[in-house]
Amino acid sequence: MNFKRITILSGHYGSGKTNIAVNLARELRQQKPRVAIADIDIVNPYFRTKDSEALLQKEDIRLICSPYANSNVDIPALPQEMYSVTDDRELYSIVDVGGDERGALALGRLSPKIAEEANYDMLLVVNCYRPLTRTAATTVEVMREIENACRLKFSGIINNSNLGRETAPEDVEHSMAYAGELCRQTGLPLLFTTVARELYEPLKNKIPHLYPLELQKKL
Amino acid sequence: MADKVLMKGNEAIAEAAILAGCRHYFGYPITPQTEVAAYMAKRMPKIGGTFLQAESEIAAINMVYGVASTGKRVMTSSSSPGISLKGEGLSYLAGADLPALVVNVQRGGPGLGGIQPSQSDYFQATKGGAHGDFHMIVLAPDSVQEMAELTVRGFELADQYRMTAMILADGTMGQMMEPVSLDFKFRDPVEKPWAVTGTGMKREHNIINSLYLKPDLLEKTNFDRFERYKVIEENEVLYEEYKMEDAEICVAAFGIAARVAKNAIDQAREQGVKVGLIRPITLWPFPTKAFAAAAEKVGHFLSVELSMGQMIEDVRLAVNGKAPVSLCNRTGGMIPLPEQVLDAILSIHNGGAK
Repeated sequence: MNFKRITILSGHYGSGKTNIAVNLARELRQQKPRVAIADIDIVNPYFRTKDSEALLQKEDIRLICSPYANSNVDIPALPQEMYSVTDDRELYSIVDVGGDERGALALGRLSPKIAEEANYDMLLVVNCYRPLTRTAATTVEVMREIENACRLKFSGIINNSNLGRETAPEDVEHSMAYAGELCRQTGLPLLFTTVARELYEPLKNKIPHLYPLELQKKL
Repeated sequence: MADKVLMKGNEAIAEAAILAGCRHYFGYPITPQTEVAAYMAKRMPKIGGTFLQAESEIAAINMVYGVASTGKRVMTSSSSPGISLKGEGLSYLAGADLPALVVNVQRGGPGLGGIQPSQSDYFQATKGGAHGDFHMIVLAPDSVQEMAELTVRGFELADQYRMTAMILADGTMGQMMEPVSLDFKFRDPVEKPWAVTGTGMKREHNIINSLYLKPDLLEKTNFDRFERYKVIEENEVLYEEYKMEDAEICVAAFGIAARVAKNAIDQAREQGVKVGLIRPITLWPFPTKAFAAAAEKVGHFLSVELSMGQMIEDVRLAVNGKAPVSLCNRTGGMIPLPEQVLDAILSIHNGGAK
């Protein structure tokens, strides 16, 4: 991918942002010497970027996250280091925003500087198998709520439609009509469609811009 | 191909409740069950339902009492400390014989404890949960699919027996995402001639109350209620047996602990150890007969729990001294790894169990 200095991932909660964020950060690190992944999720209590801490450390990717992530401190705390994202202009960042408009509120704190520098992408991660974003219309609703909350506009879409471990190649193919309709309604480009690595081979000749994901988490 | 959706356990409960006809949700946010309320807040206004964030858990459970009195399907959800706050209301619902669904997505305790998963509210859920002689039907899902299915079942059982059904889940069940089919088979709705719906000048007033001025009448009501409980114990027990056919060791586990246990059992079987699982799906009524039957052929039981050992007491009562019952546990928000359970199984197999 052709990265701007700041890449923001946002969308409905449970759409797969955190996993994609870790994958993109690893790709970005191949291109740039100083890379950070900033977890500013104030919504999700479990399943955080911090779960991938060891991997990120090994690959020399800086993890910016609340010191209370994965602890019992149940407050919507943001990491003070998050200002590195806007203030350190040598640093390339992937910003993992919490789900929905409630999660996007936290991003609003950084929006003025992000908008002023104007060297960012904000990508909408979508999964048409999530109950509240099953159609393009309901997804656009979520998208507008996020934009209003964080005061930034989306610049592209990542189609991460999946059914977890039960995802069949047809499920991904079936989602392409939804992704196309979403692009039509929003005027945004579909940057890529993400699939688990084992689905990459059967689909690579059928779906353009297919992006194989390494799944970071397991239960 | 996908008739399924990918849902968090908490969302699955909320959507299943809506599909079961629940149009009234009252609650107060608490991690790790907040998505139930968040989902209801988004969906209820669109389908003519009521989502109300009450000023406290106590207010919410009493709103449940109010709606339940009218015979409508109603629910609340919370996590451990919040359920304790609802305790008084649970007792009043029981005393007034009102059907309701209450969801407990458990977290570590006691006290404020933590936000990580736990099963340490087993005693609270299965032994009444508040003052007075009463039970709740307690359903323990072990997948997001069961979160949905048992929610529907909970409403139906609550209506049928005029009592509270509780979904006893835990943080992992609430937060994890799995594909779910929402294609349910619903039972026929139950008539509710007792409901407070207005007499229309055609019948006597219905009165919903848990106060009895005459102790002998209260005693009779309690005896009658426990006769109903006996019917439930006879007819509504649910459990799953896993690889029990030739088992010499029986693991007892519910919810997330059962998933971990199945992994461990598969690994132990690869090493030639004959071990199986009884997974209670109803914690009350407890599958006493299944454990008693297993005790006739199994040499050792192992209760795997995310608590200091609570269900183990019911296992011991069911086994009735016929075989030793050991405990393998983590608590305070920690989850046992399959390796820990495997070690416990192997230790029993090699004759070294505590």
